[in-house]
Amino acid sequence: MACIDARGLRKSYGKTVALEGIDLKVEEGRILGLIGPNGAGKSTALQAILGLIPHEGELTVLGRNPWTAREALMSDVCFIADVAVMPRWMRVWQALDYMDGVHPRFDRAKAEGFLAKTNIKRTSKVRELSKGMTAQLHLALVMAVDARLLVLDEPTLGLDILYRKQFYDSLLNDYFDHSRTIVVSTHQVDEIEHILTDVVFLDQGRIVLDVSMEAYETRFAELLATPEHAATARSLGPIHERQLFGRSILVFDGVDRARLAGLGEVRTPGLADVFVAKMAATFPGREQAA
Amino acid sequence: MSENRKVRPFYWSVRRELWEHSAIYLAPAAAAAVGLLGFLVSTLWLARSVAGAAPKNDSLMMPYVFTAFAVMMIGFLVSIFYCLGALNGERRDRSIQFWKSLPVSDLTTVLAKAAVPMVVLPAVLLAVIVGAQFVMLVLSTIVVLLNGIDPARLWARVDLRLMWTVLPYGLVVNALWLAPLYAWLLLISGWAKRMTFVWALAPPLAVALFERLAFNSTHVIRYLGERLLGGFGEAFSVRGEGKKEIESFSDIDPIHTFSSPHIWGGLAVAGLLLAVIVRLRRSRDPI
Repeated sequence: MACIDARGLRKSYGKTVALEGIDLKVEEGRILGLIGPNGAGKSTALQAILGLIPHEGELTVLGRNPWTAREALMSDVCFIADVAVMPRWMRVWQALDYMDGVHPRFDRAKAEGFLAKTNIKRTSKVRELSKGMTAQLHLALVMAVDARLLVLDEPTLGLDILYRKQFYDSLLNDYFDHSRTIVVSTHQVDEIEHILTDVVFLDQGRIVLDVSMEAYETRFAELLATPEHAATARSLGPIHERQLFGRSILVFDGVDRARLAGLGEVRTPGLADVFVAKMAATFPGREQAA
Repeated sequence: MSENRKVRPFYWSVRRELWEHSAIYLAPAAAAAVGLLGFLVSTLWLARSVAGAAPKNDSLMMPYVFTAFAVMMIGFLVSIFYCLGALNGERRDRSIQFWKSLPVSDLTTVLAKAAVPMVVLPAVLLAVIVGAQFVMLVLSTIVVLLNGIDPARLWARVDLRLMWTVLPYGLVVNALWLAPLYAWLLLISGWAKRMTFVWALAPPLAVALFERLAFNSTHVIRYLGERLLGGFGEAFSVRGEGKKEIESFSDIDPIHTFSSPHIWGGLAVAGLLLAVIVRLRRSRDPI
């Protein structure tokens, strides 16, 4: 059974369409990155998956309809929206007590263990913690829940680089065990690139790319063309080209690497480069504007 | 870890309200403390009035009645402002996204919030009032003993048995009476983005104004006044008429009170509003 199965998932706010009927299937044990510019519909998609907003189209999460069965679903799903949603009046021990009291899959000892590795005091109020510490606290609570799906919506927004790195490191080392599923949305592509097993690009409510990282590596290639081969390379239909120190860097989608090998240095492009290429393709002129 | 750990979402939801809003118990306690302080000063004159004969309008009970009244009034104010903020605050600071990430239903959350003015506060008020009055009685007894007067003379005139019966009864009646008001305030709290107090007040006042100008009558405003303060009359006066206060056990008339259509009609309205509030919380975005 797929962890998340969406068919024709659509959501509009008045006349504004946030999601244009997307199809999305996430198997269990995957780490999916949901990547898109601001307003692409990432948060809307995640909110629908979490049962926070009604939706059109078919959507099942862990076999349930999230809108009608949110409460039951939340026993198996954890979710961090962003660092600002922890109640500011709450003390750390209160958060532990509360989670322990309402969540059937919360392991208090585990949460205490994670907190022991931080500088967070049991008696502190959330409002007294820095943004980074608040994120640590929220992550400690969430990682202590034996959940099947973890949804992270821009979880590291506004954190400094040290906390951001630590956040994803502990997620991968202390939490992920190949039976859980993680869906993370962000527009800071490079930071999550190395932890993903799958990636979905979302733009203006549409999916523009849906690929596993294994497939990504064979499908996409970046060529550092030597000047004399630049014209030949261009004839192979790159999806994107940019200049760096007088050399052309071309990104190819679905072109055999063997054909590129003689034209210069070939490597796997970073997600950010493919992202830019894809975005420029769906909306010409955007790149120049940015 | 055990799979099916016992969880108590409702209990912990109420606990969390008390953590966030400590005024629920601090404000009534502060009112009682002020009453106690004033009473402490008044004990300077206590021995003389106990030693003399009881006058026709005995004022020895007055501090007990006043303290109870003050604590209840503070409790009423706390209830009103609690309700206005209960569903607004969590949207305003976006913590609703945290609460909704946990396996606690909107129904549980809304019922927990409604339980604060309906159950928690009456219980707190009762405990605070009875506690304060008990301290007063003990203090008085000590003062009287120190002055070499038989405390039985004091106890004969300060008889709290009736008050300690009427109080819990009255607090329950009042809570039931005010249920639709609390539900209305919670609804506004969950609906309005800001200025909840104005939104709560404006519609009924607008209707009252319209009625006054259109038909030169005042039914709406009188009904609202009855709804707002009638609970005290219903609870603490003979036959709930608000004319004569309860003076003996035989004046308490629960059958009259609990068969009142005001109570049942109000509860039905409150139930309806709560159902709307649950739906509202389910679909309402953070502000």
